[in-house]
Amino acid sequence: MIPAAFEYFAPGSVAEAIGLLEQHGDEAKLLAGGHSLLPALKLRLSQPGVLIDISRVAELHGIEAGDRLSIGAATTYAAIASDPAVLGGCAVLAECAGQIGDIQVRNRGTLGGALAHADPAADLPAVVLALDAAIAVQGPAGARSISADDMFVEMLTTALEPNEVVTRVTFPVLGAGEGASYAKLKHPASRYAIVGVAAYVRLHADGSVAAARVAVTGAGPRAERQHATESALVGSAGDAAAIAAAAELAGESMEYLGDIHASETYRRAMVKVYTRRALEQAVARARG
Amino acid sequence: MSTITVTVNGKAHTSTVEPRTLLVHYLREHLNLTGTHIGCDTSQCGACVVHVDGKSIKACTVLAVQVDGASVTTIEGLAPAGELHPLQEGFWECHGLQCGYCTPGMIMAAADLLQQNPNPSDDEVRHGLEGNLCRCTGYHNIVRAVQYAAAKMRGDEVTA
Repeated sequence: MIPAAFEYFAPGSVAEAIGLLEQHGDEAKLLAGGHSLLPALKLRLSQPGVLIDISRVAELHGIEAGDRLSIGAATTYAAIASDPAVLGGCAVLAECAGQIGDIQVRNRGTLGGALAHADPAADLPAVVLALDAAIAVQGPAGARSISADDMFVEMLTTALEPNEVVTRVTFPVLGAGEGASYAKLKHPASRYAIVGVAAYVRLHADGSVAAARVAVTGAGPRAERQHATESALVGSAGDAAAIAAAAELAGESMEYLGDIHASETYRRAMVKVYTRRALEQAVARARG
Repeated sequence: MSTITVTVNGKAHTSTVEPRTLLVHYLREHLNLTGTHIGCDTSQCGACVVHVDGKSIKACTVLAVQVDGASVTTIEGLAPAGELHPLQEGFWECHGLQCGYCTPGMIMAAADLLQQNPNPSDDEVRHGLEGNLCRCTGYHNIVRAVQYAAAKMRGDEVTA
C-alpha cells in the first residue's frame, strides 16, 4: 500500500514548523513517529497534500528532570521507557510506554504524537489524565499549556488549535505516600487497549486515601476521568473492600464503543475489573 | 521529488525518491535489497524489520525521506559477505524457519534484542519478538535459534 502523493518538509525548529502549518493550512499534517499517520495514509483514509516532519526537531527531544519531569514531544516511547529519571520519578509512565505495541513501534512512536492523535485505544492519554500532566503547546499566537483534563475532547480530537504543535509534556515526580499503576486488557494482535485504566493515589500518614485520580482509555471514544470512583475512594481506608466498592462505580457514566474485538457490554464489565486492579497496585505502591 | 543520502549496510547511497516512498520499497526496489520482506504492510508482522541507527524498526511504516542522513542495516548487511551472523547460523542449526518469509525480520529484531540483552531468558526472547509473526508456527525453534546465537555471541559453548 502506497500513500497518495504529498509534499514533504523537515523543518529544523518548532517556529519553522508553525510557519509551514500557517502557510499550508488544512492541507498540512504534522508527522512525528508516523505509526498512526502513515497507516492511515497507506489506507488512503487521509490524504494530506503536505507532511511536516517534526520528528527530528532537536528542541522537541529530551527528558529534563526537576520538580517535574519535562519530556519533549518527539521523544519515543522506547526512550521514555528506559530513561532513568522516568523510571525513578514516574515509573508508571515508563511502565505504560514500555508496553505499547512492540519494540519496533516503541522505537518510532512519540509521546506528543500519541497525545495529539488521541486515538481512543491509545494508552498514554489515560496515564496523562491520572497523573494530571500538563501539555505545553506552541502556535502562531505563542505558547500555552493545556491541562490533561482539557486535552481530550472527542474521538481523535483534542484541545489543540489547528496550527499548534505539542512541544513538551510535564509529569509529576511521585514521592513517598504516592503510587500509580496502569492496568490493561490488550488486543492480542495490535496490542491496543481494549480497556486500559491508569490510577494514581496519595495516602495520608495513617494510610487512608487523600487523593485519587483514575482514567480509562480504550473503552469509549476518548480517555476519560472516573470521578465517581475517585470520590468514593478519597477518605476511605484504601483497603480491598473500599477499592472494590469504588471500582464498581467506574464506567457508569461513560460512552462506550463496541467493535468486533469487544462489545460495549464486555468493555463496561472490564472497566470495573481493570479499575480495581489498577487501584490495588497503585495503593500497594503508595504503601511502599 | 526529494534527494536523500542514506548509508545502507555501510555504503552511502544518494537517491531521488518521491516523498511517499516507504523505506521498505526504497530498499527493495531502488537498492534491490530484497532480503527485507513485505508481509502484512500494516506494521504488525515484522517481516520488514531493519535497523535505523542501530534500532529495529518496521520499514513498511517509515518513509525513505525520514531516514535521510541515517544509517540502515538490513539482513544483507548483518554479516560480511560469505559469512553467517551467529543468528543466521542459529536459525540454520536449530531449524528456526520453515517457509522463511518471516526470517529476515525475526533475525533483525533478534539482533536488536541481543544488543540490549545479551543473556535473555526464553521468556524475554519471546517478549522481545512480540512484533514478529511466524505463520508456520515455528516459534519454539526460533527461540532456540536466538538462544544459540546469544550463547555464541557471549562466547559460551553452543548446542543446536
